[in-house]
Amino acid sequence: MDLTPIWLTLKLAAITTMILLIVGLPLAYWLSKGRSIAKIILEAIITMPLVLPPSVLGFYLLMAFSPKHGIGEWLHNTFDIQFVFSFKGLVLASVIYSMPFMIGPIKSALQQLPLSLSQASYTLGKSERETFIKVLLPNIRASMLTAAILTFAHTLGEFGVVLMIGGNIPGVTRVASIAVYDSVENMDYASANAYSLTLFCITFIMVISVFVFNKYKAKSPLE
Amino acid sequence: MISIDIEKKLKAYRGEQVLKIEAQFETGSITKIYGPSGAGKSTFLKIIAGLIEPEYGKISVDDAVWLDTVLKTSLSPQKRKVGFVFQNYALFPNMTVQQHLEYVSDDAQWTNRLLTIGKLETFTSHKPEYLSGGQQQRLAILRAMAIRPKLMLMDEPFSALDPKMKSELIPGLKSIWDELGTTVLIVSHNPQELEGLTAREIYVESQ
Repeated sequence: MDLTPIWLTLKLAAITTMILLIVGLPLAYWLSKGRSIAKIILEAIITMPLVLPPSVLGFYLLMAFSPKHGIGEWLHNTFDIQFVFSFKGLVLASVIYSMPFMIGPIKSALQQLPLSLSQASYTLGKSERETFIKVLLPNIRASMLTAAILTFAHTLGEFGVVLMIGGNIPGVTRVASIAVYDSVENMDYASANAYSLTLFCITFIMVISVFVFNKYKAKSPLE
Repeated sequence: MISIDIEKKLKAYRGEQVLKIEAQFETGSITKIYGPSGAGKSTFLKIIAGLIEPEYGKISVDDAVWLDTVLKTSLSPQKRKVGFVFQNYALFPNMTVQQHLEYVSDDAQWTNRLLTIGKLETFTSHKPEYLSGGQQQRLAILRAMAIRPKLMLMDEPFSALDPKMKSELIPGLKSIWDELGTTVLIVSHNPQELEGLTAREIYVESQ
């Protein structure tokens, strides 16, 4: 079995999870504070990948970032950046596709914290940023871990969206899920089984680890 | 001198009620605020702390204007820096007793003195979940005191303390308030709760 698709998948999942932690934490915090039309619309957009067929999302990303159209053409001509059929494109698609798995649990956990925690911190002279870092985040560690692991695991299983924007280029965009599909198409069931079993085991270990780490914090890894 | 004149609409079971309070508090005085449940006593304290905005209001502390809804001026809670004791304590679950005080002040001598007054010296490494209700309430008081507040707002601050502990705690708090010249407003239901403190009383009722 060629291990490159597995390593590529793990690399993609790790980079996606890191980017979403950096982007997702402040975004989830902002969304957790009150309601407004802008927030409702943004939240609906973030949630769309949960219900949208991945191929639809992949198709629009392919159109948007094609070097022959709009943003894609501008990025290609100005910065010589090409997202389509590249690892960068996979990362971009994965970040968008897995965003609800990072934002959802963190936002929900922040909303469940008593408002008086941040209020107490403000009366002690602490800024919103310091309160977020020193009071709020440490008290939602279990949910952050759940969000990170769910994001990682979800990225491992991406197929439609990465196939649309990345294609099937060995060593560049051929991730494990595509390798499974490719092996089945070529009647190579042994390789398909090896890739599938590896993905199954990694995902199973991750879900189990959420249960173990959150043993005393949550009743289910989905909380 | 703290001068307060505020008006705030409160949601009630049957429509709306209006909390309307006009009062002055001498610097260094202790005032007990009492009234029926739902009258807006806690809201009143939060308005002073800058955690809730009233529809109309003016709050000035000595020469400084903290709030003036007409001039659209409102100091943030961080700038008002009042010592606030929340009814639900609002302790930080991730911090130990010591860390609660260190979050506010890096003056070890001062925080040790507070720990002694609150009789929590032997619990410094405990997180709130491992403290009794009375210990949590004392920690909430000490944390608010740690900023050396000029104005202390306390919402049912002694409700979980037994009479002995309360009688030992209050003189310690009183001596610090006298030292700092702190003005203290205490919301309380219980007529006996403020025994040991000479307090003026204000009755709050929303209409």
